Amino acid sequence: MKVEVRISLKRDVLDPQGEAIRRVLTRLGYTEVSAVRVGKLMLLDVEGEEREHVRARVEEACRELLANPIIEDFEVRVL
Amino acid sequence: MKRWDDGAELADALDHGLSPQEWERLLTALGRTPNLTELGIFAALWSEHCSYKSSRVHLTNLPTSGPRVVQGPGENAGAVDIGEGWVAVFKVESHNHPSFIEPYQGAATGVGGILRDVFTMGARPVMLLDSLRFGELSLPRMRYLVDGVVRGIGDYGNCVGVPTLGGEVDFDPAYNGNILVNAMCVGVARKDKLFFARAQGAGNRVIYLGSKTGRDGIHGATMASDTFDETAEQKRPTVQVGDPFTEKLLIEACLELMEKGLVVAIQDMGAAGLTSSAFEMAARGGCGLELDLSRVPVRAEGMTPYELMLSESQERMLLVARPQDVQEIFAICHRWGLDACDIGEVVEGREVVAYWKGELAFRLPVAPLVDAAPRYERPFQLPPSPSAVTLPSFSGRNFSEDLRRLLASPHLGSKRAVYQQYDQTVGAATLAGPGGEAALVLVPGTRIGLAATTDCNAFACSLDPYAGAAQAVVEALRNLACVGAEPVGVTDCLNFGSPENPQVMGQFVAAVQGLGDACRALGVPVVSGNVSFYNETSGQAILPTPTVGMVGVVPWVLHRPRFTLRDGDLVALLGPVVGQLNGSRYLQLVWDIKAGVIPHPDYQGEKTAAELVRSLVRLGLVAARDISDGGLAVILAEMCDEIGVRVSIPGDVSPASFLFGEWGPRYLLAFPERFQEAVAAAAEGVPFLIVGRAEGDALVVVHDDEELIWLSLVELAHLREQGLRFLEET
Repeated sequence: MKVEVRISLKRDVLDPQGEAIRRVLTRLGYTEVSAVRVGKLMLLDVEGEEREHVRARVEEACRELLANPIIEDFEVRVL
Repeated sequence: MKRWDDGAELADALDHGLSPQEWERLLTALGRTPNLTELGIFAALWSEHCSYKSSRVHLTNLPTSGPRVVQGPGENAGAVDIGEGWVAVFKVESHNHPSFIEPYQGAATGVGGILRDVFTMGARPVMLLDSLRFGELSLPRMRYLVDGVVRGIGDYGNCVGVPTLGGEVDFDPAYNGNILVNAMCVGVARKDKLFFARAQGAGNRVIYLGSKTGRDGIHGATMASDTFDETAEQKRPTVQVGDPFTEKLLIEACLELMEKGLVVAIQDMGAAGLTSSAFEMAARGGCGLELDLSRVPVRAEGMTPYELMLSESQERMLLVARPQDVQEIFAICHRWGLDACDIGEVVEGREVVAYWKGELAFRLPVAPLVDAAPRYERPFQLPPSPSAVTLPSFSGRNFSEDLRRLLASPHLGSKRAVYQQYDQTVGAATLAGPGGEAALVLVPGTRIGLAATTDCNAFACSLDPYAGAAQAVVEALRNLACVGAEPVGVTDCLNFGSPENPQVMGQFVAAVQGLGDACRALGVPVVSGNVSFYNETSGQAILPTPTVGMVGVVPWVLHRPRFTLRDGDLVALLGPVVGQLNGSRYLQLVWDIKAGVIPHPDYQGEKTAAELVRSLVRLGLVAARDISDGGLAVILAEMCDEIGVRVSIPGDVSPASFLFGEWGPRYLLAFPERFQEAVAAAAEGVPFLIVGRAEGDALVVVHDDEELIWLSLVELAHLREQGLRFLEET
């Protein structure tokens, strides 16, 4: 099964990388861009039959390794 | 859910960590009921972290003055004269609680915070040191914490371009629930170009500089004054994220503004953010401030005055400037790519008034908040005097095996796996970095060597906080002597459990006494510092850990100090032939004896020996290491790098006390044979004994023709890396 994991910083956490990108965009003339947030997209191949079970396992992996739940949110989609 | 301008009540005060008595005190001081924002401000400023309410009465016992002191405690950092018109500006500060919750960001922002404390004074940071304590490495979570903290320190320091040159790392199960991250920064400034956090001159503008304000770290200051319990999980979103590249810009922008004389007063927004910077600047300057919170640059929508005042977003400064200079300030900040805006003005009177969207947000008198913060004389129970342990029998002991165990432990092995992650040469001024005895850098454009070290044997402090703290001070003296430096000032970071526990408070009182007595005896003033209480989880307190940061000076550096043996070097023991095994790491780690008497330092002996070592190192005659944690055998192993050594124990001496004893002014010196006469002559009046020679490819110790220790260089190197090898495994 293909599983997509999106990881993003929690809403109120500072994103220095996003901020740096926004600054350069402004300098290049994209002045309409007022905010940039950078996240991660991971595509996993997971063996399993039951979608809910696969989702639960990947969510567990997110909490343990893929995301830092203290400052990041994650979203798991079984494709 | 209450709004920011709703009236506060007792339940809210308790939520903010105030006691019922403090709530009463607040009502009396204010003469009315505060709104929620005002309560938040009181709670932050009256927190242990900001007010030192439990420690202040005892800290007055520390010596804080001296001929070199330019600025003692009470400012962002202390400053001492180091000659030729230069001052060293330094401080150590804890970031323990945030680092336990989010190790990478917690440690990184700890480094950012201490850098700001130093450059706020007008000083350019020249080095960082970190004193770290962790729990048992067998716990997977602990390995994660060590890895995160070390990477956080390294990444922030490396990005911002300040070398990390020293510190300590140690481990004990008592830190399982509360790790310690103490960061120290040393900077240099011209003596006549120091800046202070004293708002002055009615009509002057208040300028906000740096990153935008977000919702991060709200309640950080109250969190740091809280013990952990199971709800620690819920406190997570208060962690801040650091941005070292912005910090670098902030350093350069602030130093340029100061250089051009555009700054009247300046303070960083650290714990309790805008609240502490505004109120403390007003309190120190004896004036008031009027702020328009709507003008504070924000990065989150819908932020309330409560959040604006208490956010702990990183990389922000508050400065006071003359109105005619504001445009130039903006131009300079713009050139450095930083946000700067005018958020208010200095006013007569002693009130801080804030408006938000045209309405009054709060009006608070400065005096009750800052000057009349609670002071407690907490009940304390001094720790009982430890009794001496009876030593086990060492006859027939396999000392090679004992030394193997010591070197392979994370306590006494090499810390290379940690410090190799730190940039040690950025700035091109480093003369001695980690792995030696103390850090040494050249003050730019001079031949002045500026040295620094951090020390604390927390195991010794747990046996006897008074003697342990005093020993930390003399160990720092010895470390500095090994790079040829004379001490000029101390900064301290006092990490303890809950001050509400009389036993913990007793440890604190005893440690401060020991620290003060030692500094007085050596004539070294304490010019800055930090107290971190509530390092306990579910009633389990950490070991008392009074970290001593000592700064020293070499007036004219001629030689780069060395710490390892060269082929043919003679090895001499300076000081008493044997050390004391009571309270030694040998008994603790090999015999599991966690008891014993820690001796009070022999100050005169320490001073004499340090002066001698200092002069020998300055002349480039010797490589020197002091004998502390682990004793002579461990120090000898540290000195063996490319060449082995053969040491003979005098016949009438107990091998265990010779090899593993600690305490006292003991040093190992190594020097080429041709310097023997000069060194021996200089050492007249101090016990001095040639004990061996650098040769071969093994560390060999003999006693009465019997080989007690034989360890090959290859094995030594392997053993010393063992304790922290996990940091390099993925």
